[in-house]
Amino acid sequence: MKKVVKGFWLLMASLALIAPAVCHAEEAIKIGYIATMSGPGASLGTDILDGFKLGIRHCGDKLGGMPVDLVVGDDQLKPDVGVQVATRLLEKDKVDIVTGIVFSNVMMAVAKPITDQGLFLISANAGPSPLAGEQCNPNFFAVSWQNDQTHEAMGKYLQDKGVKRLYLMAPDYQAGKDALVGFKRAFKGEIVAEVFTKVGQPDYAAELAQLRAAKPDAVFVFYPGGMGVNFIKQYAQAGLKEEIPLYTTAFMLDQSSLAAMGDACLGIMNASFWSPDLDTPANREFVADFKAAYNRLPSLFAAQGYDAALLMDSAIRAVGGNLKDQEKFRAALRKADFQSVRGKFKFNNNHFPIQDFYIRQVVKNEEGVLTNKIVATAFTDHADAYHEQCPMKW
Amino acid sequence: MDPMLILTQGLNGLQLGVMLFLMAAGLTLVFGVMNLINLAHGSLYMIGAYIAATLQQKTGSFLLAVLMAVPVTMLVGMAVEMLALRKLYERDHLDQVLATYGLILFFNELVRMAWGPQAYFMALPQALAHNVRLLSGLSYPAYRLAIIGAGLGVGGFLYVLIHHTRLGMLIRAGAGNRDMVNALGVNIRFLYTAVFGLGAALAGLAGMMAGPILSVEVGMGEPVLILAFVVIVIGGIGSIQGAFFAAVLVGIADTFGRVLLPPGLASMGIYVLMAVVLWRRPQGLFPAPHGAG
Repeated sequence: MKKVVKGFWLLMASLALIAPAVCHAEEAIKIGYIATMSGPGASLGTDILDGFKLGIRHCGDKLGGMPVDLVVGDDQLKPDVGVQVATRLLEKDKVDIVTGIVFSNVMMAVAKPITDQGLFLISANAGPSPLAGEQCNPNFFAVSWQNDQTHEAMGKYLQDKGVKRLYLMAPDYQAGKDALVGFKRAFKGEIVAEVFTKVGQPDYAAELAQLRAAKPDAVFVFYPGGMGVNFIKQYAQAGLKEEIPLYTTAFMLDQSSLAAMGDACLGIMNASFWSPDLDTPANREFVADFKAAYNRLPSLFAAQGYDAALLMDSAIRAVGGNLKDQEKFRAALRKADFQSVRGKFKFNNNHFPIQDFYIRQVVKNEEGVLTNKIVATAFTDHADAYHEQCPMKW
Repeated sequence: MDPMLILTQGLNGLQLGVMLFLMAAGLTLVFGVMNLINLAHGSLYMIGAYIAATLQQKTGSFLLAVLMAVPVTMLVGMAVEMLALRKLYERDHLDQVLATYGLILFFNELVRMAWGPQAYFMALPQALAHNVRLLSGLSYPAYRLAIIGAGLGVGGFLYVLIHHTRLGMLIRAGAGNRDMVNALGVNIRFLYTAVFGLGAALAGLAGMMAGPILSVEVGMGEPVLILAFVVIVIGGIGSIQGAFFAAVLVGIADTFGRVLLPPGLASMGIYVLMAVVLWRRPQGLFPAPHGAG
């Protein structure tokens, strides 16, 4: 009996010796994905993750030829929680690279702690202006956009269209103010009023009555998420859609919000860097496969997640999986040697994309599903307004 | 502001007020009768909206959604009372706040699992999807008029229920002196479950009516809940009548505040109103004299 026990222990000990060697042969790249995965802001985080996972699948369930170990963290839309999650991913899970981050306030809190550790952070959504300008960072890349760019595109479109008197509305917080600043950078006509409402306000009846009385030529608003669904429904229900044309950006009319608005959103124009009908080979494949995998049309957020995976794949492959050599990995990311769903894609000196922006309109497709369709191009090769303040040159 | 715009904003304020009243009525009854602070009241509002939206999508009938959503929410509320809240009546308010806050998180995640993270759509009923011309130069959405009508109707119903029925008498007595009611042989457990069910039904009705104008989404109850607490503090805790007048007051003050004041001040407006009321009349504007009134 004693012998058996002894043999058992020996066997266990030898297994323990073998185990690390086995792991080593199958070394995986460990990716930390941090996003808002719970609470009212969760649909963006899940959309980006779905796109990201599809990207991994398109690269053969690997990134850069290496198996992927994906660790998901929930920042709960709180900057302090974001920092806690990032610390956990860095120190306990020992991730090799971090991506995700939906909201700019979370991004501003986690960017420094992550990049200070020598890790690379690939934003799949948030593109706050400080990180594009003076605080630009050699280990930070945004595969999405700079926050102001999409609003600038709509400003440019309405300016070119010759709209005279415009009414502006946004929630009273940083992203709302940035949206209107970006819009006004390109729109030079008369601003009848600039109305800021409380963040998360559900009902806009009072503000819409004021808007109607002001009789502007058009309205530009920025209300992301649930606020946007409320606003669009109430705008249509008040009969304003036929009276005063409404313009916005894709953050309000992304694919995941359209169903919740119903026909109220039909025909509304919005600016975006991407659209499901964008005719590039990579995009056709992405949209078809996303639909097959998740049984719904992708949103722009899913497209960003997909591109984040493809960008990582290209750079990890270029350095043969060695992310420790930061110089080489950075150079590989800068090349952006991947087939973006938007067609051409390149990084500016501040690691934000230089890209085209389109004007889309909400339509019903052949199956009767609400979706967006490109009707015009607002900008080609558009760089953000902050890149000149970024001291990084390459 | 021209007079028609003032009238329109007055109607907007009244409409917001009656929605708040439906929420505050349940909250104030539960607080007044059971001495329970129920933060999860907003979750019942959300559940009412989700159930109504689902029924409408599945059956295509708004009327059926209305008829079903309210009793179902009431049953959910009664189940929550019997399973979770019953244990909390004897505990202090901090325990109740913690436990019912936990319920908010529970219901939010439950709804996300059942319906997914995306907002849910609920259409306006066809018959009410137009604007009604009230005066020349004043037209108002029919659905919002219907909300005002329903809210006033429920107010009248509650007045009769509380003042002219046996259940109402027990509710008033329970708010005034719980132990005595118990000593007189009234089944206080049943009374509590009934009162909670009534509150849940009102929250469900509010959520269901909000469905077509708002986005039906996880966490939709929380902003309304905060306003409803302001209403019951201003109106006097335990008082249905107080809740009604305070809700209309808060609705109108909030609407005109948003339009006339800069955004920072506007969101403070109703809290300043609450502070002034607490300072001058700490018991609220219409305190329940001897129990719920």
